[in-house]
Amino acid sequence: MHPRLFGWGAIALLALCSTASCARLSSKPPTAPGQAETSSKGRLATVLSRGKLVCGVSGELPGFSFLGKDGKYQGLDVDICRAVASAIFDNPQAVEFRNLNAKERFTALQSGEVDILSRNTTYTMSRDTSVGLEFAPIVFYDGQGIMVKKASGIKSLAELQDKAICIQTGTTTEQNLTDRMRQRGLSYTPVVFEDVNTTFATYSEGRCEGVTGDRSQLVSRRSTLPKPDDHIILPEVLSKEPLAPAIASGDPGWGDIVRWTIYALIEAEEMKLTAKTVTQQSTNPDPTVRRLLGLEGDLGKGLGLPNDFALRIIKHVGNYGEIYDRNLGAKTPLKLPRGQNQLWNQGGLLYSPPFR
Amino acid sequence: MSDRVKAKRLDGSIPVWRSLRFWQSAGQVGAAVGIAIALGVLGDNLLFNLEQIGIRLGFDFLGSQAGFTISDTILPYTPADSYQIALLVGVVNSLRVIGLGLILATAIGITAGMARLSANWLVRTIAQIYVETLRNTPLLLQLFFWYFAVFLALPNAASPLQILGWTLSSRGVTGWGLQMSSEFASLLAGLSLYTGTFIAEIIRGGIQSVPRGQGEAARSLGIKPLPTLWLVVFPQALRAILPPLANQYLNLAKNSSLAVAIGYPDLYAISSTTFNQTGRAVEVMAIVMVAYLVMSLSISLLINIYNRSIQLVER
Repeated sequence: MHPRLFGWGAIALLALCSTASCARLSSKPPTAPGQAETSSKGRLATVLSRGKLVCGVSGELPGFSFLGKDGKYQGLDVDICRAVASAIFDNPQAVEFRNLNAKERFTALQSGEVDILSRNTTYTMSRDTSVGLEFAPIVFYDGQGIMVKKASGIKSLAELQDKAICIQTGTTTEQNLTDRMRQRGLSYTPVVFEDVNTTFATYSEGRCEGVTGDRSQLVSRRSTLPKPDDHIILPEVLSKEPLAPAIASGDPGWGDIVRWTIYALIEAEEMKLTAKTVTQQSTNPDPTVRRLLGLEGDLGKGLGLPNDFALRIIKHVGNYGEIYDRNLGAKTPLKLPRGQNQLWNQGGLLYSPPFR
Repeated sequence: MSDRVKAKRLDGSIPVWRSLRFWQSAGQVGAAVGIAIALGVLGDNLLFNLEQIGIRLGFDFLGSQAGFTISDTILPYTPADSYQIALLVGVVNSLRVIGLGLILATAIGITAGMARLSANWLVRTIAQIYVETLRNTPLLLQLFFWYFAVFLALPNAASPLQILGWTLSSRGVTGWGLQMSSEFASLLAGLSLYTGTFIAEIIRGGIQSVPRGQGEAARSLGIKPLPTLWLVVFPQALRAILPPLANQYLNLAKNSSLAVAIGYPDLYAISSTTFNQTGRAVEVMAIVMVAYLVMSLSISLLINIYNRSIQLVER
């Protein structure tokens, strides 16, 4: 009885394995041949046939990406995705958002789970060269900071000697803090979490004297703490944190679409085109405006998009300045000054190459 | 025609497709080939897709500088050390909590298991409430409870609580020459109390599996209750206890990876950071799997050796 059962079990297993491997074998060839030919419009074709963009966001960071009271995603990172969806579909709602934590994000991008990662991700050389992804233009210039409780009396980094600092894993901040503290010969206890909520909850409970993160993140998370006014962000800036969306490498055509969508947002602010005024430009004589909005020339063709892609973007989400004011500016609880995130001609770092 | 068939049947040979032995070996060979093909295709698929996005497999990253700090370590680790040293720190941290957890869980389990058989109503009921509540709630939830509601709720490090030579604060617990961070203490408490409930039930079942006559015989010989339990009943119960106990030990070892949720730098947490900084998902996962496999197999091996030594030698 027993050996016979095993024999049958083995045959069943064999049958299962062979069907599984057949499925794999037959699913592979379509991706293998003609790779060079299809890659130029690979991801765009996938997105078009799906009918929506899949966008990886944090979902936990007010001002950048979080669920608003109406149950819709809001924030700067979210609006970048909506801009790309507007360019492709003329519909800012044709986006499916996926919440990713700091650790999952790159794998989700590499494996094609998301089309674009718009998740306050710092642009670094090693991520660009060895993690298999490619960065779009920087959408937010940030720096790392440390938040402490006002009552602790701590006023500088040096006073955090031998204190505990809460950190989220999978971030550049973890390495930056180590570098800065080593540089000054200060010892400290890192308490490292995978989840951003746990990181800030632990800080809030008093386990750590300080918590570190991008300064914009600290401002954003401070607004969610029980008593926001009890916490201060130290003036020291520990690092440069240029935040940029990213896509999987190996698809230059898709990279162009994401890149020029972001430039269109910046260029529109420079040309003072807003969501309201952009639709009334048909008689505007300025050739740069006419080219950007597709009234002249054929800039959209190079992207494989309709010629009015920039018009669609600005009509639906506004220019960069409008996005900033809506999510991070003076009228929001975050009240982040524009700082380095001004246009280049106003003392900031935002600069778009010409639309020509 | 009928002559040939009859001749075959008479000399005892049967057609090959009706032979049980043929089908058994064919099935096993087939299954082995099938599994090999499946693994081969999956592996090939993985390599192909990694190549598409320009990632090559390899363990050379282990020698690079880790560049992150680890709070809880008994090894002399600095951020200038390599990833392999960082991972070693993780292994040692895991072993610390697993080793202490096994000892504590066993002690708690034996106490609670015997208490559940106690003649005293109060002792029996307390043990039952402990077992039923902790056994039936998720471990992750319990860890968060220990961390946020117990250890982080202690006063802060500036004005710690002093009890019997122990210093308690939200930073951790020190005393009697021991020093535990809040993260370590929460993990240890959570793991050993949770696993302790399962061990308690195994101990109770094991004791009840020993025929009553054994205890009664011991008592009629004038042996006192505690020595009866310890010298007569328990050694016999051990044979029923050990195999399921091994399962619980393995569960404790594997559950220790939940440390990552409460910020204790165990092997899994440090691998997470390593994976993050290097992007080497496949290699890091392989290292973690092998490490946990070795830990689990070692626990199994030790218990199996002990189990064999206490088996009844039949004549």
